[in-house]
Amino acid sequence: MSFSIAVQENDFDVGNEYAALIEDEVNSGAVVFFVGRVRDVNDGRIITKLSIEHYPGMTEKLLDQLLDEARKRWQLLSARIIHRCGDLNLGDQIVFVGVSSAHRQDAFHAAEFLMDYLKARAPFWKKEIDLSGESIWVEAKSKDEEAAERWQE
Amino acid sequence: MIHVVFLAQLREQLGLASVDVSSSEAKTLSELKDYLLQKNPSWVTTFQTMNLLTAVNHAYVKADADLQDGDEVAFFPPVTGG
Repeated sequence: MSFSIAVQENDFDVGNEYAALIEDEVNSGAVVFFVGRVRDVNDGRIITKLSIEHYPGMTEKLLDQLLDEARKRWQLLSARIIHRCGDLNLGDQIVFVGVSSAHRQDAFHAAEFLMDYLKARAPFWKKEIDLSGESIWVEAKSKDEEAAERWQE
Repeated sequence: MIHVVFLAQLREQLGLASVDVSSSEAKTLSELKDYLLQKNPSWVTTFQTMNLLTAVNHAYVKADADLQDGDEVAFFPPVTGG
């Protein structure tokens, strides 16, 4: 059983993360992971770069709390959250959420829950740099808040 | 001292990343906010329009809260990670 989070500037390797999720776990019959990447167009603007800021200390604490909450709700064997910070380019990986479980239902639900809550609660902020070099902070979207709210018990 | 942190576009708009406030000036979160805005009238519009979130010691606080010497208070705009 391995549950861990990381906030880092470095890229991550999905293959390595997958291997770590199933390591020594013959019971993990279901593995689900999500990777978020830097998109080229957002709200009609052509994006060339993304810069991500976070609140050190609170971010790690909150991501750990999300893992604890997911473990209370579903039968999980392992889970991993990685979120990058700093300057990213088009197509770069931003976030990894991976979970393993005996059954797919728990794995699917937990992965979606973790992503929804991460987006709505974890103290990260994205700044987009567009073709003209102008940088604009990304606006929070109400649909992200709604996605998190549907998991409320 | 209460350590007050400003993040993301709030930090940019205020031109300030953090400030320390004597704990005698701010026994609660609302007193802290009043104190900051009285000291810095130019911040009022930003605080009113940015729909700010608040954390005390790295945990979200929605209502008012008591503050103690050594606490860290953060103000920041709605989050956009993921």
